Amino acid sequence: MIMNQFLILSAFLFCVGVYGVLARRNGVLVLMSVELMLNGVNLNLIAFSARLHAVSGQVFALFIITIAAAEVGVGLAIVLLIYRNLRSPDLDGVDQLKG
Amino acid sequence: MIAQNIAFWIIAVAMGFAAIGVVRTRNIVHAALYLVVVLAGVAAQYILLGAEFVAWVQVLIYIGAVVILFLFGIMLTRAPMEGDSDLDNDQRFPAAVAALFLLGVLVVLLLDAFGGTKIKLDAAVLATGKTAVVGDAIFRQYVVPFEVVSMLLLAALVGAVVIARRD
Repeated sequence: MIMNQFLILSAFLFCVGVYGVLARRNGVLVLMSVELMLNGVNLNLIAFSARLHAVSGQVFALFIITIAAAEVGVGLAIVLLIYRNLRSPDLDGVDQLKG
Repeated sequence: MIAQNIAFWIIAVAMGFAAIGVVRTRNIVHAALYLVVVLAGVAAQYILLGAEFVAWVQVLIYIGAVVILFLFGIMLTRAPMEGDSDLDNDQRFPAAVAALFLLGVLVVLLLDAFGGTKIKLDAAVLATGKTAVVGDAIFRQYVVPFEVVSMLLLAALVGAVVIARRD
């Protein structure tokens, strides 16, 4: 198989995630888009692991999966807090630091 | 090789449409279900690349735990279930321009850098995907990062409980 099949697929996943993070208003959907980006990176790591016959790519993919689980836990807690304070899960209300 | 290429393209097209569904759908529960398709597709690509342990961890952690967390988040925040254009903000056009620009730059770079590179799925690749080999690497070479990431996960989950607690 050609290396670029996997690399371009993961680049596509990453860019769709970037679009979602920038264009979504709902906090849960922003976190889902971040998951898309992390999966693109993981696919990249596994592809290079297969290319270079190195197991370290898979180990780091496992670490990223763990970090993603932690990130979703904390992120959803923050979205829940925003919902409780503003009566809405939208991130537009959180602009106190806007200049 | 031919069969693997056909499988790759079928899974890749399904993943592409599902990924666009995650960021375009009007229904937030549908977005979570599209995300399941993308995550399962990524797991299938791992299997195609011979990384079976990571593939099953992906199924267990992502589809089993993270998506359930997302569904809990959706229910707890009582998001608008359907027919609301409220899920997007007004930056849709600049966001699409930024994402397409990034995609173009990355594709040109990848074609330039890895144009003719091939992955040969021989016995050496399949040997690196074995659970015993991955476990050996985690608990021998990468044992300190493994312990650090365990502490990070514990701290993050305790922090999530503290943040979300009602008092």
